[in-house]
Amino acid sequence: MKAAVKRRRNWAGWLFVLPAAAFYVVFVIQPLFMTVQYSLYKWDGIGVATWTGFQNYLKVFTDPDLFAAIFNAVKLIAFFSAVPVVLGLAIAATIRRIATSRLALVARTVIFLPQVIPLVAAGITWSWLLSSTGLVNQLLTYIGLEKITRAWLGDFSTALPAVGVIGAWVLLGLCTLLLLAGMSKIDPALYEAARLDGAGPFREFFSITLPSLRQEIGVCVTVTVVAALASFDIVYISTQGGPGNASMVPGLEIYYLAFSERQVGLASALAVVLTALVIACALPIQWLTRDRT
Amino acid sequence: MVVILGGSLAAACAAPGSGNAQPTAAASSAPASSAPTCGTEPITLKGYFETGFPIAKALTDEFTKQHPNVTWDIREDQFAVITQNAPRVLADDPPDLMRLPQVSELVKNNLLKNLDDYAKQFGWDKWPASQLEQMRLAPGGAVRGEGSLYAMGLNFSMTGVFYNKKLAEQIGMTTPPETLADLDAALAKAKEAGLAPIAQFNGGATGGLAFPLQNLMASYGPSAPINEWIYQKPGATIDTPSNLQATQHLEKWIKAGYFWKDVNAVDYATMMSRFMKGDGLFMFDGDWESGNLDKQMAGNAGFFLMPPVQAGGKRAAMSAPLTFGIGANAKNADCAAFYLDWVATDTKARTIGVQIGGSHPMGPADAPMPPVAAGTVTESTLGAGAQIAKDNGSMDFIANATGAIYAKSWTPNLQKLVGGEQTPEGLLKSVQSDYQTQVQGG
Repeated sequence: MKAAVKRRRNWAGWLFVLPAAAFYVVFVIQPLFMTVQYSLYKWDGIGVATWTGFQNYLKVFTDPDLFAAIFNAVKLIAFFSAVPVVLGLAIAATIRRIATSRLALVARTVIFLPQVIPLVAAGITWSWLLSSTGLVNQLLTYIGLEKITRAWLGDFSTALPAVGVIGAWVLLGLCTLLLLAGMSKIDPALYEAARLDGAGPFREFFSITLPSLRQEIGVCVTVTVVAALASFDIVYISTQGGPGNASMVPGLEIYYLAFSERQVGLASALAVVLTALVIACALPIQWLTRDRT
Repeated sequence: MVVILGGSLAAACAAPGSGNAQPTAAASSAPASSAPTCGTEPITLKGYFETGFPIAKALTDEFTKQHPNVTWDIREDQFAVITQNAPRVLADDPPDLMRLPQVSELVKNNLLKNLDDYAKQFGWDKWPASQLEQMRLAPGGAVRGEGSLYAMGLNFSMTGVFYNKKLAEQIGMTTPPETLADLDAALAKAKEAGLAPIAQFNGGATGGLAFPLQNLMASYGPSAPINEWIYQKPGATIDTPSNLQATQHLEKWIKAGYFWKDVNAVDYATMMSRFMKGDGLFMFDGDWESGNLDKQMAGNAGFFLMPPVQAGGKRAAMSAPLTFGIGANAKNADCAAFYLDWVATDTKARTIGVQIGGSHPMGPADAPMPPVAAGTVTESTLGAGAQIAKDNGSMDFIANATGAIYAKSWTPNLQKLVGGEQTPEGLLKSVQSDYQTQVQGG
C-alpha cells in the first residue's frame, strides 16, 4: 500500500520534469548524437552520405591547419581566463573596500557593461579601436610610441593577442561581479579577527578572501575556459580567422567546414573533438575547486 | 521522452541525407514550339535575392508594371547567407528565381533546373557564347564552362583598374598605362610623390589582392588556362610559369610598399571609402561600382583594363554574370524563364541593367544599348566590355573555382604573402593542393 503511493508520487514528479526533459532531448541530446553520427560519414549536407568510419578524426589530428586552430584556442585561455580572473579578483577586492561609496557603484556598472553589450557590437567597436587609424594607435602616437603602431587585427604577430584582449575585456565584468557576490557572503567577523591579529590588507586577501572564494573562482575559470575554447563570435567579427590563419579557432573552422566547404562530416568530427576537449578541461577544474568543507 | 529518444535513435540508423527527397535530373518536357510566357492569370513568383543590389528590385518592379498579372514574393539575404542556405532552400522550398552562389555543388545534387530548352525557345543559344559559358556545366556538375545551361545573368560585370584622375595628373599620368611597365612606372612615381599607389582590401576572409593577382596573371599569360582551372577541367593547374611571374610581380609591388601598410586589415567597404576620399591612385575593382563612383567622385574617376606586358597585346579581364537560377522543382519555372529573357531583351530592362546595375546587359550582340553620359566611368567600363569581347579575354574569377577556395586558400595565402610569411612559389603550390583536395571532395 505504502509502496504504491510512493510510486505514484514518483510518477507525478516525472510528469513535472517531462516538458523540460523533452526539450533537452530534442535540442541537446539529439543534436549531440547526430553530430557524432555525422562525424563518421563523408557528407556535403544534401546528397546521400558515405560511411568513412574514423577517417574524419584521423584528419582532425593530422591536418596541421585544424590542429593549429585547436592550439590557438588553448592560447586564448591565457587571455579569456587568466586575465579576467586575476584582474577580477583585484578589482573586486578594491571595490569591496570602497563598497559604500558611490564610486563603487559606478565602477561596478562600468566593469559589467561589456557583458550587456552584444558581442557583435563589441567586436565591431574593437575592430575600429584597433584599426591602423583607431584610438589605440592614436594614443600610442600621442605618447611617442609611433613605432609600434600597426593594424593590430591585421598583423600576424598581434592578431590572436588582440582577439584575446577583446575577450578579456568582455569577460572581466562577469568575473568581477561573480567574485564580488562571493565576497559579500564572507563573514565580516573573520576580517575583524584578522585585523585584531595584526593582518594587513594583503594577508587578509590571501588568508580569508581567496580561500573563501574557491567556488566562485571555480565558476569563473570554468566559464571563461569554455568561452576561450568555444570562441566564435568575437573572432568571426574582428578577424574571421585572419590574417593567414593566425587567429583561426575551432569554432570558426567548424563553421567554415560545414557551411562553406560543405564537409559536414569533418566539421562534426572537429566539433566532437572540441566538445571532448571542453569537457576534459572543465571537469578537472570543477573537481579542484569543489567545496571540501 | 522514450518515444522522442527512440525516434532520434531510429533516425540515427540511416545515413545522413538518405531521407531527403532527391529531385531527379530528368530533362524537362520536350520543347514546346513557342516560347513560354507568364500568361494572363494572376501569378506570384517566389524570389530569393541578394541584399544590397537594387538592380533586382528595380527590374521586378518594372516587370510587374509591364505584366500586371505577375506579383513577387521576395526574400533577401546577404550573399554569404545565400551561399550557406542555397542547397537547403533549393531542396526544401525551391524559389522560382534565385541569386546563385558557385553552382557546381547545386548541379551535382540536381537542385537547379536545366535551362537548355528555354535557351532554344528564347534563342539564348544565339547570343555571344562567352556570356553563357560560365553558367554551363557538364553532366554531374564536375566541369564548368561546357554542357547544359543551369543559370542566367541579369547583366555581366567587368573588372579592371579604377584611377583617381586628380592624383594621376599630379604624377603626370595623362593617359592610362599601355603596358605593364607603364603601370609600374606610374606606381613608382606615385610612391615617390608620397601618394598611396594602390587602394586594395585584403582583410578578414576576403583576400582582395586576388584582383591585382589575376590581372597580373592575364598580363603575363593567356587567359584560357586560368579559365580551365576555374572550370575544374581535369589536369588544370594554377601553378604555371606565367602565373609564378605574376605572383612574383605582385610580391614586388608588396615589397615596394605600393599597398597600404594595413592592407591585411582593410575590408571592401573601407577600401571604397578611402579611395573615394582620395587615398589611393589606383584600385583593382569591378564595374558594379561605376555608378557609385560616377556619383561620389563625379568626373574624377577613370577606368582602364589591365595593360598587357607587350604594347598592343591582348587584354583580359575578370567578367562574370550576376547569376540567377530556377529551382529544379520551382512551381512557376516558365514565367521565371520568361522574366530572365525579358531582362536581357526589353529596352527598359536593359537601361535599368546599365543605369542601376552599372554593368553590361546580357543578350544578343546587336541589342540596343542605353545611352550613357560621355566621360563617365560607366562609359569606360562598357567600352572595356567591347574590347574584352574582341580579344576574347573574358575570365571568371579565380575565387570561384570551388566553393571554399577563396576564404580557405587564396585569402590566407595572400595575407601571408603580404606579411612575408609566404613565397610566390609556395602560394601557388598551396592553392593548387587545396584546390585538388576540394575538387576531389574532402
